[in-house]
Amino acid sequence: MPLLDVQNVAKRYGPVVALKSADLVVEPGEVHALLGANGAGKSTLVKILTGVIRHDAGTIQVNGKDVRIGSPEGARRVGFAPVFQDPALLPDLTVAQNMRLTRTPIAGVREWLERMELTVDLTEMTGDLPLPTLRMLDLARALARDPQLLMLDEITAALPSDLAEKVFAVMRDWRERGRSVLFISHRLAEVTATCDRASVLRDGRTVGTLVPKPGEEEKIVELMLGESRTKLAQQIEAATGESEAPAVEVEATAGETQLEVRNLVVGDDPDGVSFAVRAGEILGVAALEGQGQDLLFDYLAGERKPPSGEMIVSGKPFTPRHPYEAIRSGVVLVPADRMLALLPQRPIRENIATPLYNRLTRWGPINRGDENRRVSNAIERLSIDTRAQRQARRLSGGNQQKLTIARWLAAGFTTMLCFDPTRGIDVGTKRQIYALLRELAEAGAAVLLFTTEFPEIQLVCDRTIVVYRGAVTAEMPASEADEPALLKAAHGLTEEAAAA
Amino acid sequence: MTTVEDAGAAIGRKGTDWRRIATRHGWTIGVYILLLLLILAYIWALAPVAFTSFDLKTIVIGGLPLAFAAMAQAVIVISGGIDLSLGVMVAVINVIAASLMENQSFATSLLIAVGLMVIGVLMGAINGGLVVLTGVPDIVVTLAMSFVWGGVALVIMRTPGGGSPIEYQALGTGIFFSEWIPAGAVVIALVLALVWLPIRWRRPGFAIYAVGSNRDRAYLSGVNVGITRVLAYAIGGFFAAMGGLAATATTGIGTPYAGTFITLNSVAAIVLGGVSLAGGKGGVVGPVAAAFCLTLVPSIMVFQGIDPNYGQVIQGALIVVVVMLGGLVLLRERR
Repeated sequence: MPLLDVQNVAKRYGPVVALKSADLVVEPGEVHALLGANGAGKSTLVKILTGVIRHDAGTIQVNGKDVRIGSPEGARRVGFAPVFQDPALLPDLTVAQNMRLTRTPIAGVREWLERMELTVDLTEMTGDLPLPTLRMLDLARALARDPQLLMLDEITAALPSDLAEKVFAVMRDWRERGRSVLFISHRLAEVTATCDRASVLRDGRTVGTLVPKPGEEEKIVELMLGESRTKLAQQIEAATGESEAPAVEVEATAGETQLEVRNLVVGDDPDGVSFAVRAGEILGVAALEGQGQDLLFDYLAGERKPPSGEMIVSGKPFTPRHPYEAIRSGVVLVPADRMLALLPQRPIRENIATPLYNRLTRWGPINRGDENRRVSNAIERLSIDTRAQRQARRLSGGNQQKLTIARWLAAGFTTMLCFDPTRGIDVGTKRQIYALLRELAEAGAAVLLFTTEFPEIQLVCDRTIVVYRGAVTAEMPASEADEPALLKAAHGLTEEAAAA
Repeated sequence: MTTVEDAGAAIGRKGTDWRRIATRHGWTIGVYILLLLLILAYIWALAPVAFTSFDLKTIVIGGLPLAFAAMAQAVIVISGGIDLSLGVMVAVINVIAASLMENQSFATSLLIAVGLMVIGVLMGAINGGLVVLTGVPDIVVTLAMSFVWGGVALVIMRTPGGGSPIEYQALGTGIFFSEWIPAGAVVIALVLALVWLPIRWRRPGFAIYAVGSNRDRAYLSGVNVGITRVLAYAIGGFFAAMGGLAATATTGIGTPYAGTFITLNSVAAIVLGGVSLAGGKGGVVGPVAAAFCLTLVPSIMVFQGIDPNYGQVIQGALIVVVVMLGGLVLLRERR
């Protein structure tokens, strides 16, 4: 009898289907990997199993009995112990207090820390401990609860290799005791080295369970991808009617370097990322979740100060202390969450005009004439549906995203940072946004485009870089950046790595 | 790269780690030093009249209700909330106590006091329950409730009045063994030791800090966030009741409209006492000292010959400055 038997589990958020039909069978004494590309439904399934959210349909059985996991406490009661991607210990309590809060036997925690040869002062305030220590404490806490199923969600992401080795040793130990591990990781080499079986999710469905073997990582990537390119790419091509990205012709017209990044540390790699974007060029950034792209965009947009590395805009050092300074330097951000950029309760025109106020006049009365002219231009160029004029929040997602771009059109910019700008947008509007980005580039703007949907890269970008664990692992022209190539590089499977 | 071993070696000292005690409780220690300095300033301002045990008692009596209100506010703010009806709750308990205890025996008045503690817990639980159930911000709910409780206080007693037995008053104004140990200070120490510390060092206490520290992580740690928040308000209600009972003991009567000032002062006291307005940080012991600091400053000013009417201006300005400093600390932490 399997320890965990998940059948046809589905979850939808309003009209968005996050999980269509997930199956997962974990046997006792097994290390089982859960794999899938971005948006395949991995994290949704994990959230369901850990009681963070509830599923809409399907069954979950533990040791042959139906269970409903209503809360994190409920997940513990059925014998699951999760270690989440973000540390779960509370910063304002000591380590020991955190253990008592979760009713974790402290002797067990000590025992596991000893077994992993770690020395941690349990009376230390959790907030004062470094991140890797917190992960190991999370792990020790999960183990001390003596769960039947240990769930490790990207646990190695923030760990130096010596600590990662300790985690693998614990996983083996756990398996020998007849207990099970559910291992979620983007690092396929780790999966093939440590896991007995792997279930692969694609588009919210379990598409297969296999035995991962070292050297067969590419096979797994193929299963994650499916036989052909995803539906999205086909849909977009059908909608645009042009299957080739206009990569080649723009290459020739690209101008001088507009934005350059040198050795910006955004993750594990001490050398950081380096790349350059020219005026008139769209540079794609392909990466799986949590490879450092968030920090990269935060640094460029002036939301955080980079600890090391250089950023150069229009040939001048670029050290924004605040988004305001970034915008003044012509570097603007289009975020994935549109509500972050817009004033949802305010009219469309006002939304477009907001960034203008920095420029038109600082203290004096606003020049309404100039404002109106610029705003009307922007609306016209983007064909924003202005019927719902009164409040930006009443617009469709696609029109909202157009609005965030329109704001910068009216205000003016030289470099546009787009962080997953088409998240949750319908295909027709996606096409319009792509066309708009191309148009902006042709007008001389430099565009940096991060997207979780890899087929977009080939459709919009001229060139792309692939970021993996805080380093640029590949750079290729759009013509070569098909989905299999990107997904392989995004898992760290580059030619050099394969040769080594 | 820092491995766990490095981190462990750096912190794994044996014995009493004075440096850590200093960093972790530095603020609280600082507030008590400030209190000591202010008492010295008080003695100096009093000169040439000698400072006697009577003056010490006066200081304790003057700050007693606020000290309890600060304890109440501290627990609630640590849990991530804030209660703007606290002062009025103190006034409600104060007027009920003064109207019921008038012409009663000492034993009966103690019984009444216990009953009012229960009522305080219920009032706090009502505030907390409304905040949790409606999801309306704490400030809005408790500000609205302050008008409800304020109305209740005025229904019970229109003008200052009532009374309480002398023996009961001695609990707040008397002495304990030595004439240098005011009874009020002993009551505070007892409440801290018998009520707060047992909660603080058990799971409910950790849960209160956890919920104020990070609600999502607390939820993921299996804490019932809603119940914990209500618990924090209920404990606050208990301390508010203690504040009302202390006001009855120290003044002997009930005053229905002393509330708002206590509320604002309690917020200033917790900020000065080292509680973060963002929640999760600080303690209850520091705010007690801060409450006495805040009551000492105006009296020192008055002794210096400043028009008593300016006393209120000074105290108000003090609140503004202290709370503003708290806001600035918060801003820096969020960076």
